[in-house]
Amino acid sequence: MNQIVAITMPKFGLSMTEGKIASWARPEGTKIAVGDEIADIETTKITNAYESPVAGVLRRHVAHEQEDLPVGALIAVVADPAVPDAEIDAFVERFRAEFATRAPEAEAAAPEPRTVEVHGRPMRYLELGAEHEERPIVLIHGFGGDLNNWLFVQPGLAERNRVIALDLPGHGGSGRQVGAGDLGTLSAAVAGLLDSIDVPKAHLVGHSLGAAVALRTALDRPAHVASVTLVCPAGLGTEIDEAFTQDFITASRRKQLEPVLAKLFVDAGLVSRDMMEDLLRFKRLDGAREALTAIQNANFAGGQREVLRGRLGELGDIPVQVIWGAEDRIIPPQQAEGLPAGVAVHVLPGAGHMPHMEKAADVSRLIQAFVARAM
Amino acid sequence: MSRKSFRQAINEALRQEMRRDPRVVIMGEDVAGGAGSPGEDDAWGGVLGVTKGLVGEFGRQRVLDTPLSESAYVGAAAGAAATGLRPVAELMFVDFIGVCFDQIFNQAAKFRYMFGGHAVTPMVVRTMYGAGFRAASQHSQCLYPIVTHIPGLKVVIPSSAYEAKGLLIQAIRDDDPVIFFENKVQYDQEEEVPDDPYTIPFGEANLTREGDDLTIVAFGRMVQVANEAADRLARDGISCNVVDPRTTSPLDTGTILDCVADTGRLVIVDEASPRCNMATDVSALVAQEAFDALKAPIRMVCPPHVPVPFAPNLEDLYVPNADRVEAAVRAVMRHQGR
Repeated sequence: MNQIVAITMPKFGLSMTEGKIASWARPEGTKIAVGDEIADIETTKITNAYESPVAGVLRRHVAHEQEDLPVGALIAVVADPAVPDAEIDAFVERFRAEFATRAPEAEAAAPEPRTVEVHGRPMRYLELGAEHEERPIVLIHGFGGDLNNWLFVQPGLAERNRVIALDLPGHGGSGRQVGAGDLGTLSAAVAGLLDSIDVPKAHLVGHSLGAAVALRTALDRPAHVASVTLVCPAGLGTEIDEAFTQDFITASRRKQLEPVLAKLFVDAGLVSRDMMEDLLRFKRLDGAREALTAIQNANFAGGQREVLRGRLGELGDIPVQVIWGAEDRIIPPQQAEGLPAGVAVHVLPGAGHMPHMEKAADVSRLIQAFVARAM
Repeated sequence: MSRKSFRQAINEALRQEMRRDPRVVIMGEDVAGGAGSPGEDDAWGGVLGVTKGLVGEFGRQRVLDTPLSESAYVGAAAGAAATGLRPVAELMFVDFIGVCFDQIFNQAAKFRYMFGGHAVTPMVVRTMYGAGFRAASQHSQCLYPIVTHIPGLKVVIPSSAYEAKGLLIQAIRDDDPVIFFENKVQYDQEEEVPDDPYTIPFGEANLTREGDDLTIVAFGRMVQVANEAADRLARDGISCNVVDPRTTSPLDTGTILDCVADTGRLVIVDEASPRCNMATDVSALVAQEAFDALKAPIRMVCPPHVPVPFAPNLEDLYVPNADRVEAAVRAVMRHQGR
């Protein structure tokens, strides 16, 4: 096997155009397997562990730590130890020369979110992997989030499935009219969106409030749901850090928002300037605060208002899995205890309330495997 | 969301507020153009086309071409505001403000006080400022320090298209008279601006860069100049905060003082003439409130105390640029303490 394989700067989410290696996790000369963490990659939004897409020997760190590189640029070379250094040098040179000429095309092809009218209100969604025949996966973000929360998960899942990430009413690019703002209203909006974009049956993946919405959607129209993955879900117990949702609504400056967002992660360093700036810009929009307040009051005032734990049995043979960050400070992972025997529970160490950002590779793998079994 | 110019951002803010609230009217010299003449309707849309297209949607009852008399229409705006409308008057160049000092300083700014808190004056005066437009000394001044000096006025100096839209909507919804400064050199600058209406609160500074070594406070267009300097300096390992106060009245003194406490060094970039400008004001604030935090003397980067030159080469020398900011930062960093 004298093949030389290029490892390139990955694209995390829609807006990423460049990134840098924060630090290499494996030195040159290490034998690596598919899925081994080889580097921490930093974007203006977030830092994420990058896992090797290939197996072999990590022969060369082409990117220097802290060097800004465009998406698709060569960052490392994997090859058999038998391949001479000179051949690797030549490969690097050739790759760089070709990359310099083709870089602009890659940018033009980036998929854009779309907006459809659902019950007279705009709902925004981003579809990837539309070419796949398999039943689609639908990703539903949590309170205060948007479809970009899935940036580390959606592209990977889209290699095998059609994957639709949506903005709940009151969030992201969807309309900021939320009606009652309770689970019934939100899940009706999700159902309306799926009907209008021709998704008769889907694997639902929800995070936090979005997980409760997914669960409620499955209970309300089980014939349309193939499986349910609940990530740090609301809806399984009454306890929630209500100070978080309230402080999230009132924080109007980065300084106020930073400690609030830090609660979401084990590693507070993941809260970046851009993440805060994006959220502040959303919160400044007319109607955003009112929408968030209505949703907070309908779902979390005085603790979680609608607990669906006792209704899991009604789902019949729709498979359910639960993924929780072991150090979740917003909704305690103890709520994953005592669920019906059929519910698979995965508690991920080193993750807080955002495991799909903090442990994105683990979450992707769990969703991928679960969905494949439930096909 | 799409890229919009500073000009489009202002136009969109006006349009959305006029749709939302029928009390919002705009008035000024040729804000549409062609009123009362056989000439082309909406020929101008303001001298640089910022209000173009509004008369088509809202009509002549709400988009008022006025006589060439700032005294008259700024006074009319103050009266209209006190009696129930929410006028946005366009004072073409801020250099012309002298003839309506009384209307702004003695009337609009004072109504709330003189009427014992029973009157509000929700008036916005949009006006162009700044050099670099080859428009000579009577069309290039900054003059925001003069209005900042007057209690009862709010003073806004947006630094970019995103900032301009959110701050203008906030200004229109505010119940006090607001003087809103637009740098004419920035009208064609583009960035991402949300399609939906949004507001940016007054008195909340924005940190456009974050660093540990030195704080740069800059106003309006000078924020970009400061950012450019900060980015260059960062490559040499000097990391700067850049503070964009957004509004000079109210002024977010808390953020400025916090940043100085963190960095111990301060450079202020102000395109206004150097005597009694925002740079001297912020210097005085920091000297009085944060003297013990300072590791080096404060430096001000301002133009010289001369009228804005008409000769292009001299005008280019006049306006503070990133080179001058960078040099000032390096000088402060070199300072040896006692």
